Amino acid sequence: MGKIVLMQGNEACVEGALAAGMRLFAGYPITPSTEIAEVSSVRLPSLGGKFIQMEDEIASIACAIGASVAGVKAMTATSGPGFSLKQENLGYACLAEIPLVLVDVQRSGPSTGMPTSPSQGDVMMARWGTHGDHPIIAISPSTVTECYGLAIRCFNLSEKYRTPVIFLMDEIVGHLREGMELPDPEDIKIVNRPTVQYPDAKRLPYHMKKNQLVPEMAPMGCGQRYNITGLIHDETGFPTNSNEEADRLMHRLMHKISDNYDDIVQVQQINMEDADTAIFCYGGTLRPAISAMEEARAKGIKCGIFRPITIWPFPERELAEAAKKLKKIVVAEHNYGQLVLEVERVTKGCCELDFIGKVNGTVLTPGEILSKIEEVKK
Amino acid sequence: MVNTGDVSRNTVNCSNLIYKYMRPEHLPQIWCPGCGNGIIMRDVAQAIENLGLSRNKTVIVSGIGCSSRAAGYLDFSTIHTTHGRAIAFATGIKLARPELEVIVVAGDGDISAIGGNHLIHAARRNIGLTVVVMNNNIYGMTGGQYSPTTPHGDKGTTAPYGNLDRSFDIAGLAFGAGASYAARGDCYHVQQTIGLIQDGIRHKGFSIIDVYSLCPTYYGRKNKKGNAVDMMTWQKDNCIMTEQYQKLPPEKREGKVEIGLIHEVQQPEFTYMYDKMIEQLAKEREENE
Repeated sequence: MGKIVLMQGNEACVEGALAAGMRLFAGYPITPSTEIAEVSSVRLPSLGGKFIQMEDEIASIACAIGASVAGVKAMTATSGPGFSLKQENLGYACLAEIPLVLVDVQRSGPSTGMPTSPSQGDVMMARWGTHGDHPIIAISPSTVTECYGLAIRCFNLSEKYRTPVIFLMDEIVGHLREGMELPDPEDIKIVNRPTVQYPDAKRLPYHMKKNQLVPEMAPMGCGQRYNITGLIHDETGFPTNSNEEADRLMHRLMHKISDNYDDIVQVQQINMEDADTAIFCYGGTLRPAISAMEEARAKGIKCGIFRPITIWPFPERELAEAAKKLKKIVVAEHNYGQLVLEVERVTKGCCELDFIGKVNGTVLTPGEILSKIEEVKK
Repeated sequence: MVNTGDVSRNTVNCSNLIYKYMRPEHLPQIWCPGCGNGIIMRDVAQAIENLGLSRNKTVIVSGIGCSSRAAGYLDFSTIHTTHGRAIAFATGIKLARPELEVIVVAGDGDISAIGGNHLIHAARRNIGLTVVVMNNNIYGMTGGQYSPTTPHGDKGTTAPYGNLDRSFDIAGLAFGAGASYAARGDCYHVQQTIGLIQDGIRHKGFSIIDVYSLCPTYYGRKNKKGNAVDMMTWQKDNCIMTEQYQKLPPEKREGKVEIGLIHEVQQPEFTYMYDKMIEQLAKEREENE
């Protein structure tokens, strides 16, 4: 058994990132993600890594991309307003295929909003915030243990698929303190990006070998003098205006994620075997949902929980399957209705769909969710 | 400080520089006839040649705009980033691998408007980057809008009645922000500019060489500066090396540009200090164990 520790969600996120091999963190102070920067500044130098406080949010993600290009696993963290500012360079990392973990500890918005009250208002921004079509992976933890374990998973997925991964935390989980068991380092699976075996070989930084998920990535300055750009490029890494090449690149980028849905998508289902009613929730709303489910069960309602761990890509197959047996789904999220749109799209009216959201700066209570479960539509 | 406009250095035939330091398959470049950017790109290659830098250990980082195309032409590890952010990307590369020579090539709008914050903070941090500015006083790529270095009163496509803004002196701005090496060059005084870039690369710490480029297509045309030869002649007559410039009485400095080394001071470089701190922490940990 591993060591039992008392940890905060933000702190566990850093510890998980370090376990995954993060050796550079670039950040800018913003609550409620600040502890991620603070803990990184303490921990990284003692492990031979580097923490840097950049001049702004944009510079932080740019710096993390630069470090990743040079072969160092890098992370940046922020909250709402900062997440808005990082969007342009997030798109750069998507197109240039630079592994990176971007943590967004969601807080109440819009704008400066109500710092630093709980919110899940950045869910759609995580999917569509940067301009242009692009693939994205976003993962949402619900417990401190998950802040640790899923941070590792974020790094592993970003390395495996050469893509930025958004760790979509929220204020509830980020500031939650609870006991967790630290896994034995030997039990932690680490994935590293495929690197080039022969750096002096022909310079085709985006060449796809057969049966490979992504092009091999040589650390910048290793001897392979390649080019990286945020323009549409061909396998040489240089810009192209060829419609065929643009088509090929966009197709490959979108499909490297969608074709590996099973590897990327994770859900948690609780008491769903006999359920005819389900609470759909994620992140910090899981806890009140569990209490609401237990109270509903005590009242004889066959209630379960469907929780996406991977938010993007959206777990549409699992949800469509689960919805077949359901009479009612209550979507509980801290916003005016974001993922409920996806639930509606996937379930296509096969069961009753209800929504409870809260954006007044406080948390959803089990009672509020329960009353939605019990509500009979006229 | 001694000025470094040393014209005695040997220079290599330009075509040899092309084959050694550029990617001929991506040439000819897209810059307009008469543009100064090609001269400045050549200056960078010549400075690298004179210093004998390893092509494999040198990284060129650019932003967006006319200047940013240089990254694609130069045969090093190159990264063409987002508008204004070249210095921030370069900071990540330098932190990850301090042994690399990291050179940023940027334009005036790129480095002093949208990227101004990164410029002043990298200068303050004294991180070992060399920034070469292709300063053409205009946004060329988008068609001639006024930039932070368009002189007051001059015209651009978005300043049809004359620019009301006052302009930035980029080298002076970087100096004020703490750059430990700041210089100014131009396209006419090529040998001096090569020397300044060379010294900037050799300098340990943040260095910036603000090189006046030529944009006959937009800045020149909008402001009746004549053709490229006329604009080059203007630089010949008005860009004055700092020793001569300093001797001029104030009234004769009017309309002249001081080129040469503006400021140099030796101060500990950021990644050097960072690695020292990491070493120190490791030592302390060992002692405590």
